[in-house]
Amino acid sequence: MFKIVRKEVLSPTLKLFDIEAPKVAKKCQAGQFIILRIDEKGERIPLTIADFDREKGTITLIFAEVGKTTQQLGQLEAGDSILDFVGPLGRASEIEKYGRVVCIGAGVGIAPVFPITRALKEAGNEVIGIAGARSKDLLFWTDEFKAQCDEFHVCTDDGTAGVKGNVTEILKKIIEEKGQVDYVICIGPIPAMKYTSLLTKPYGIKTFVSLNSIMVDGTGMCGACRVTVGDEMKFSCVDGPEFDGHLVDFDEQMRRAQIFKDEEARALAKGSCGGGGCGCH
Amino acid sequence: MSLNTVKHEMPCQDPKVRAKNFDEVALGYDKETAIAEASRCLGCKKEPCRQGCPVQVPIPQFIAKVKEGDFSGAISTIKEKNALPAVCGRVCPQEAQCEKYCVLGKKGDPVGIGRMERFVADWEREQGIKPVECAPPTGKKVAVVGSGPAGLTVAADCAQAGHKVTIFEALHVAGGVLMYGIPEFRLPKAIVQAEIENLKKMGVEIQVDAVIGAIDTVDELLENEGYDAVFIGTGAGLPYFLKIPGENLNGVYSANEFLTRTNLMKGYLFPEYDTPVKVGKKVAVLGGGNVAMDCARTALRLGAEEVYIVYRRSMEELPARVEEVHHAEEEGVIFKILTNPTKIIGNDENWVVGMECLKYELGEPDASGRRSPVAISGSEHIVDVDTVVVAIGQGPNPLVPRTTKGLETNKWGNIVASEETGLTSKPAVYAGGDVVTGAATVIKAMGAGRVAANSICELLKK
Ligand SMILES: Cc1cc2nc3c(=O)[nH]c(=O)nc-3n(C[C@H](O)[C@H](O)[C@H](O)COP(=O)(O)OP(=O)(O)OC[C@H]3O[C@@H](n4cnc5c(N)ncnc54)[C@H](O)[C@@H]3O)c2cc1C
Ligand code: FES
Repeated sequence: MFKIVRKEVLSPTLKLFDIEAPKVAKKCQAGQFIILRIDEKGERIPLTIADFDREKGTITLIFAEVGKTTQQLGQLEAGDSILDFVGPLGRASEIEKYGRVVCIGAGVGIAPVFPITRALKEAGNEVIGIAGARSKDLLFWTDEFKAQCDEFHVCTDDGTAGVKGNVTEILKKIIEEKGQVDYVICIGPIPAMKYTSLLTKPYGIKTFVSLNSIMVDGTGMCGACRVTVGDEMKFSCVDGPEFDGHLVDFDEQMRRAQIFKDEEARALAKGSCGGGGCGCH
Repeated sequence: MSLNTVKHEMPCQDPKVRAKNFDEVALGYDKETAIAEASRCLGCKKEPCRQGCPVQVPIPQFIAKVKEGDFSGAISTIKEKNALPAVCGRVCPQEAQCEKYCVLGKKGDPVGIGRMERFVADWEREQGIKPVECAPPTGKKVAVVGSGPAGLTVAADCAQAGHKVTIFEALHVAGGVLMYGIPEFRLPKAIVQAEIENLKKMGVEIQVDAVIGAIDTVDELLENEGYDAVFIGTGAGLPYFLKIPGENLNGVYSANEFLTRTNLMKGYLFPEYDTPVKVGKKVAVLGGGNVAMDCARTALRLGAEEVYIVYRRSMEELPARVEEVHHAEEEGVIFKILTNPTKIIGNDENWVVGMECLKYELGEPDASGRRSPVAISGSEHIVDVDTVVVAIGQGPNPLVPRTTKGLETNKWGNIVASEETGLTSKPAVYAGGDVVTGAATVIKAMGAGRVAANSICELLKK
């Protein structure tokens, strides 16, 4: 069992947990993820590591409540425990001194991009951060994020915080103003990663994205997480989760994310049906 | 035919009924049938059956005890050589092993060795398995990576010799393919768990959710965690795909994903359990081995209307066990043999709507002596399916070799280990089972586990 030692409600649908997992905390690196299962009947879901404290032995996770499992997770409180917690999985980010780098966190993607930003800063890069969300109440950790950056931008779709607009528009301005950007990492919804990659391609800027594909085991055993990168079939969980954004088939990823859409809806309906009609009784 | 030429039938659930449920298909012998079947055995002095057994179970001896009604004696005799008889009695390909060499097989049916093995193992479990006595603690520590049949065997043998054993398993339950792959209707999970409980009673510690290579490397186990020896039994869990267009369409699964969702995650009980598994109306399973049969029969049970096995060669060459093919046919699986897919076709939303295939004919025998299939030109045709399960084989997972210094692998990525000792290219590191041989069988993995355990015990004596 893995204990939740701290919970923070970042917004009504956005939660933060610090989870006690000393072995994972000892080993994990920026860019890696974990898989958890809440209880005996639960599914295994991947969540990217938002932060870690090697001394306290904790892992920080931030998740949006989008489906049955994340909603159930959101109802847990500090002191509660999770049955299974596996990691650190996936390859770590390639941290190097690239020069001028732009780190983009869109939506809940702000969480996983945070430790990567910190590591890139520690590696001696000039770091420009961009945090974007649909609106103000979905933004979080902007101060922490900003503290790792030499220059920092905030944007929202509705203009309730920072500039009105999306992360790609800001990135475009930065590239045009600075003339030279050496590396971009973007984590967020598939469209944000897709359009960021499309934008940087003509400039030839090395661009990485982190995919959150459908997964089961997270160790390369099932292939549920497969993605086309260049001409090759890759498994997100072991070959990724970060890939060269110029090579990822984002449209395929977008469609694969829909595989269990109907089942997700049924699972969500379960329990809220009050005793019938949903197929769960 | 005289009575002695016919094997006592295995009672089974009716095919029409069982094709809709996940309960075990074969129901097992009762006492009387087991004794009657045992009476067919001639007790040959030369014990030909034993040579066919990868772990040399004393077969005539255990059958003699069954014949006397001494089931307790029978199970003890089997357990001298085989720690998981309830599993092996169900899933071993006896027709290609012990029963193949049975003298009675020349004129009629061989003795039903597997069925009797299953009977006595089940009998023992019903009585409550007696924990095996372990030697006094030696103070030595053994790490076992992976909890499939190879790892479980090493753990049992080393614990019995008095060593402190810890199993590290990547998934959330122990058992390997026995838990995530082989379906409930062929091998009830409660049986596997009973064996694992038994190991715990022997003092074996099992750490689930522990991916070696991620949380600790093999080197760290030896250098920092104080283990005196490590056994790697990580299996062949990496699914192969055909590399034809359309394999990333929605509705295409690897066999591993399909079976893991269903068995390990209990997707057949969705939404009571949270993991979904989606099966359409018409399912094509690509491949002809045990894994393919399991997928096809699982698809039927999940509600598919038509299920095809699509296989390149003919019925004779199907690598699956005869019994499994027979069960699949009885349940209504349709065999599209001498057929091979060239691409999977999708609609605008990325969902599978069909599969283009070529017809094949058998040509000249190849190097393996099997007649190799040759495509018939112009035989392209579309098979109407909405779900495709790719069951063409698995390779070894590269995680452990990639993170272990000096561990030699061959060109397929299998760990190189001595057949006689299980020793790898690294001192104190042993390996066995599918990760060494490529996908094989439960009993071979157990055999390799026993060999390695013996070497480990020798090493730790020093
Ligand atoms: C669907 C299916 C049906 C089959 N049917 C039959 C049958 O009827 N009869 C038969 O004899 N054989 C059958 N087989 C084959 C048989 O199951 C295997 O040969 C056997 O299980 C191999 O045993 P193993 O111990 O080598 O590995 P496995 O059973 O594969 O176990 C390996 C274990 O190691 C774990 N692992 C992997 N990597 C790591 C890591 N880095 N750290 C920690 N743990 C790790 C895995 O999660 C797994 O639990 C079947 C196989 C499948 C897939
Ligand atoms: S999640 Fe199963 S292989 Fe990646």
